[in-house]
Amino acid sequence: MKNKSLVSINDLTKDEILKVLDLAEEFAENPNQHILDGKVVATLFYEPSTRTRLSFESAVNRLGGRVIGFSEASSTSVSKGESLKDTILTVANYSDLIVMRHPIEGSARYASEVSGVPIINAGDGANQHPTQTLLDLFSIRKTQGKLDDLNIFLVGDLKYGRTVHSLLMAMSHFNASFTFVAPKELQMPNEYKMFLKEKGLKFTEQTDLNENLDKADIIYMTRVQRERFSDPMEYEKVKNVYVLRNHMLEKTKPSMRVLHPLPRVNEIHTDVDPNPQAYYFTQALNGVYTRMAIMALILGLK
Amino acid sequence: MSKNKQLSVSAIQNGTVIDHIPAQNLFKVINILNLDKINNQITFGSNLESHKLGHKAIIKIADKFFRDDEINRIALVAPHAKLNIIKDYEVVEKKTVNVPDDFTGIVKCVNPKCVTNHEKVTQKFYVVDKASVSLKCHYCEKITDEEHMEFL
Repeated sequence: MKNKSLVSINDLTKDEILKVLDLAEEFAENPNQHILDGKVVATLFYEPSTRTRLSFESAVNRLGGRVIGFSEASSTSVSKGESLKDTILTVANYSDLIVMRHPIEGSARYASEVSGVPIINAGDGANQHPTQTLLDLFSIRKTQGKLDDLNIFLVGDLKYGRTVHSLLMAMSHFNASFTFVAPKELQMPNEYKMFLKEKGLKFTEQTDLNENLDKADIIYMTRVQRERFSDPMEYEKVKNVYVLRNHMLEKTKPSMRVLHPLPRVNEIHTDVDPNPQAYYFTQALNGVYTRMAIMALILGLK
Repeated sequence: MSKNKQLSVSAIQNGTVIDHIPAQNLFKVINILNLDKINNQITFGSNLESHKLGHKAIIKIADKFFRDDEINRIALVAPHAKLNIIKDYEVVEKKTVNVPDDFTGIVKCVNPKCVTNHEKVTQKFYVVDKASVSLKCHYCEKITDEEHMEFL
């Protein structure tokens, strides 16, 4: 991965994924290693994302590096009409690595082609967010002790949710089986089901969140957003159906963990929070270790 | 072609004849091959009768010989096109077009949020299905299918 950009989870081999997770494990045990001493990381956030930006910046700081950048485009020359290419070419002069979040899809791939320094995609619109996927994998391995042969429940907006699509692609390396829980309007797109069939991986679909939860190793919750529905009536019908409550977890495996990319709105009731099976806040912490590992590998420091 | 049959488009001495172009895509082929920007003599006919296509178009370009990668670019709009290479009024070689594995330009990405529709970036696609011609964008990774294909 040295000197390579990280744009899409599909760019990584299984071995590369495991290498990131192993190194993240090392950082989780010993987070304060000043290996980024003298390095400058640019964080270019063209749209706000508190969690992703702060966890990247925390990761750089813990490794002893410096951060430059912006957290919204309105205060930059972008608002004067500067092209993405020109911004990237300029910032590449000021930094050793660029972390970029941008609302336009494919912007990270394009930036990686014009930039002289590696680019880490911190989300390009609805397309890719590979560091989220890697921290999800880290959290799954950490809680289950393995990645192979797990049953993953993906819940909520499976049609537009990029995190569930990337997670599905990444878990396909590890003989996972999937249960898709979504309202009719937001079911998993056919291309992903075809992909699983080609790989010979099992999946089932259901609309009721209450069914089969005892079979889950991971319940991965996502938000059902109002703006995804063409018919507001449909949204009203399903908005409270995909809410996870603590009592629903009674029959689940003790080793099962609930994950969520956050921010949560109401899809996980706060009565789940004290349950030891609730893992989403630790998952957010794992984002720091995973991003430390990714940056260390790309900068060739590990 | 039998000598008694009258030619709809007059013969050329040397050059390339592109036959079996779907009539509605004639000008797309001209565009893709940049025929509107070269100085060679070009004759074409459209809405000619064809057993295969119903209505076909034909283009004859004098003194022009295409590389395979050039001509394969028209596979998206004229997958059944046949090329006759003409030397001294005789057909010396026949060629068909092949759908390439990937290509740049030609088509607009269907995704309005794709970077190629916002910045000055040349489109790049991978052909994921050669039979129905569906294209995966190198940048936004979305699929553009035949139905939504818009040519530049």
